[in-house]
Amino acid sequence: DIDDVGHKYCLELELEDVLDKDRTVTCTAEVLYHLGSRCSAPDVQVTVQGELRSTEEADKEFYNRIRSLEKELVAENIPDSHGNVPPELEPIHLLAWAASGYITWQNSTENTKFHLAQVKHVRQVKRGDEDLQFDFVVLLHEMVSQ
Amino acid sequence: DQVLHIVPETFQQVQHLQLFHLCISFFSAQLDLWKPLLPEDIRAGEDLHIRVPAPLVQEVKDSLDQHMISYRVLIPDVQKLVDQSMPRERSSHRQVSGDYVYTEYHPMEEIYQWMTQIQKNNSELVTQHFLGKTFENRTMYYLQISQPSNKPKKIIWMDCGIHAREWISPAFCQWFVKEILQNYKTDPKISRFLQNLDLCVLPVLNIDGYIYSWEEDRLWRKNRSPYENGTCYGTDLNRNFNSSWGSAGVSFNCSSDVFCGSGPESEPETRAVAQFIKSRKSDILCYLTIHSYGQLILTPYGSTTKPPNNYEELMQVAKEAAAALTGKYGTSYRVGSTALILYNNSGSSRDWAHTIGIPLSYTFELRDTGAHGFVLPANQIQPTCEETM
Repeated sequence: DIDDVGHKYCLELELEDVLDKDRTVTCTAEVLYHLGSRCSAPDVQVTVQGELRSTEEADKEFYNRIRSLEKELVAENIPDSHGNVPPELEPIHLLAWAASGYITWQNSTENTKFHLAQVKHVRQVKRGDEDLQFDFVVLLHEMVSQ
Repeated sequence: DQVLHIVPETFQQVQHLQLFHLCISFFSAQLDLWKPLLPEDIRAGEDLHIRVPAPLVQEVKDSLDQHMISYRVLIPDVQKLVDQSMPRERSSHRQVSGDYVYTEYHPMEEIYQWMTQIQKNNSELVTQHFLGKTFENRTMYYLQISQPSNKPKKIIWMDCGIHAREWISPAFCQWFVKEILQNYKTDPKISRFLQNLDLCVLPVLNIDGYIYSWEEDRLWRKNRSPYENGTCYGTDLNRNFNSSWGSAGVSFNCSSDVFCGSGPESEPETRAVAQFIKSRKSDILCYLTIHSYGQLILTPYGSTTKPPNNYEELMQVAKEAAAALTGKYGTSYRVGSTALILYNNSGSSRDWAHTIGIPLSYTFELRDTGAHGFVLPANQIQPTCEETM
């Protein structure tokens, strides 16, 4: 409890690699929720102890695959109603998950608990340069409605 | 377990075997005499067949060797023989419910058909009963599993699917029924259970919502009753029960996912369940309501942190359940009151069941903890159900 500032949490976490369940990495983090935190995201500092696996190979493969598509990618309901994600959409799913992390962070308070429920819609945006751009509509579930 | 064939040659050997049998039996293992039936009938020169439980096999053989009593193994694996002589898995599946696939999610039409089939194929144990009607006028049925008996039995009630999007919940109710019916004759735990208790299972409570989540909106939660002149739909049925209704964790705005309705029991689905439970409350020992997700076993209350009068008992039973569950696949479940480990909410069916006098009342939040959330892949149905069983 930090007077006039807010609440600070010191955490020890173990991160599990989503693509390699046996692989874990320890982290420490400090999260500061500001007083009257309705307006600002919590401050977060993370230190990773150890190494995060390089995803350069997989990133390159994904990049090349999307670049080689004839039409811009469009998809919806990832996962589908039965919980399935087609393998070729798995990277899109992971991208959405990472992006949701940002939204979750920006909207978190000490009383929220967000999870990505589903990617409702994704649309690749055509660009003049060599970057890839996707527009996502994601559904985030807030634990209060359990 | 093995069955040994021994022909004792001398009187001394007979004596040893009789003493041995006495000692082992005294220490509560079961040395099962197949031939002869009684230890006093063991004779020199005559066949002795004895079933030795697996953990004792080596010790018994060592002792026979020590006393130079020759033996041979008549049956090397008793369980295997038993399994082979039983009707095969496939055909007992057929008995219970045709070729119904329990490792897939089923739409409501198929669940209705499944209930009819289950009653038909297991009519000595199962009866299907009318519970009430949903807002969209669909019939709510529950299955009663009851072994005929001349003594009155207490009831365990379980409902699934109060929230439309929690598909793993109705999947579990169906699995549960199947497991009970498939194994009650052979599993001593289940058969003892049914000798003393009746089971009432409501596979889908919020039928309209469930159908809506199949056809229109996978993440729908509430029922489908209209408000505000048909511009807004759905009450959260788990905020609609008459337990501190409207006091915590709710919204009075229809567009909210936790809209508690226009009053306690304003919804036909709520009334159907409440009416039944009220009418049999002195017989109901345990109220279970199955949800997802979160991996939690929740005890009353949600509306207050003040513990219920039988808090210790509630917690002990829940902790044992969680431990047994973890024992299966290592899935960890947390145990505690909703107000303490989740958030405040009023009007839940579990709280209401406890306040009207049902001593053991629990909400189960099944897998997972958020990675898939409501949209749990079908390949997790089996492990989820097996561990919850």
